[in-house]
Amino acid sequence: MSDVHSYQPTGEAQFGDYVALLKPRVMSLVVFTALVGLLVAPVPVHPVIGFASILFIALGAGASGALNMWWDADIDAVMKRTKSRPVPAGKVEAGEALAVGLALSGIAVVMLALAANLFAAGLLAFTIFFYAVVYSMWLKRATPQNIVIGGAAGAFPPMIGWAVATGGVSIESALMFGLIFMWTPPHFWALALFMKEDYSNAGVPMLTVTHGRKETRRQILIYTVLLAPVAIWAACTSIGGPFTLAAALVLNAVFLKGAWDIYRRDETMAEADKYAVEKKVFKFSLAYLFLHFTAFLVEAALKAQGIGGW
Amino acid sequence: MSFRPDHELHRRRFSRNVGLGVCLAGFVGLVFALTVVKVTRGDPMQAFDHVARPEMIEQKGTDQ
Repeated sequence: MSDVHSYQPTGEAQFGDYVALLKPRVMSLVVFTALVGLLVAPVPVHPVIGFASILFIALGAGASGALNMWWDADIDAVMKRTKSRPVPAGKVEAGEALAVGLALSGIAVVMLALAANLFAAGLLAFTIFFYAVVYSMWLKRATPQNIVIGGAAGAFPPMIGWAVATGGVSIESALMFGLIFMWTPPHFWALALFMKEDYSNAGVPMLTVTHGRKETRRQILIYTVLLAPVAIWAACTSIGGPFTLAAALVLNAVFLKGAWDIYRRDETMAEADKYAVEKKVFKFSLAYLFLHFTAFLVEAALKAQGIGGW
Repeated sequence: MSFRPDHELHRRRFSRNVGLGVCLAGFVGLVFALTVVKVTRGDPMQAFDHVARPEMIEQKGTDQ
């Protein structure tokens, strides 16, 4: 756990330091996937209500990021990638991060309930709880499966966007959840293979450390194989159509080829070309998710013109 | 009459204060816009201002 007095203050915190507490890069993914969930839903949403809802979903995600930075300040201070975050850098006190996280969580959930509906707000509250408590506090330091179960927190936004429009869940929103949920492990483990981070010093059990890099390569392939049917099933539902199905087939074929290439390599081969394949697959995985959700959007636009959908 | 110079604290916290001010102004604007949309669309809403709620008044000539 974090200690409020551990980090020496280095000057006055600026507005940008508080924004950094909200993990803006994670927020951008949340905004995009929640927006797609909202736009592909069969119920139209007024633009102002849609804008406000996406904003409060993003704010809720940012609040959970601040709570994560409060709780993880001790391990953030040890790892190179995270030691410049506002709390370990001494710009914002850990207690302030907690206060910002709790206050923004409350505002985001209440405002989403008022702007959209109680169901969407309940899902947002559960997402914040899942990321801050289930992932950050319970799983992250306890199991190498942390990234698998924690991935659920990142998978909820399109489901919340769908709930803003429809007031409930359906097979389509569950499949959008499943798509991100199954995509997270291969995406993150591909990164873990070439970003040899100091997780073990920080006491975070990473699959690459606990089960070895060979097993990590096998797990990447397993999850990529499991991801494909989820993606293709989603393309066969009411949010899909011929365009989405074609996109899903191509994207999953490329991703599977990449996962197979990773599986067939060993550390000697990877070090010889400086993890070229692992880096390529990681970059592709980012494009994979973006293009898949873009395909849902394009299909919805085509459907509005009377040429898309099943 | 001369103004006293700002305390140094105000200069250090300028960006924080401006940022928070912009956020609050944006929030007020957003709540206003939401209110306008919800009122003009006639979303279900009631003001509990000591008048009988329409759904609690017994309708004559109906079973309910």
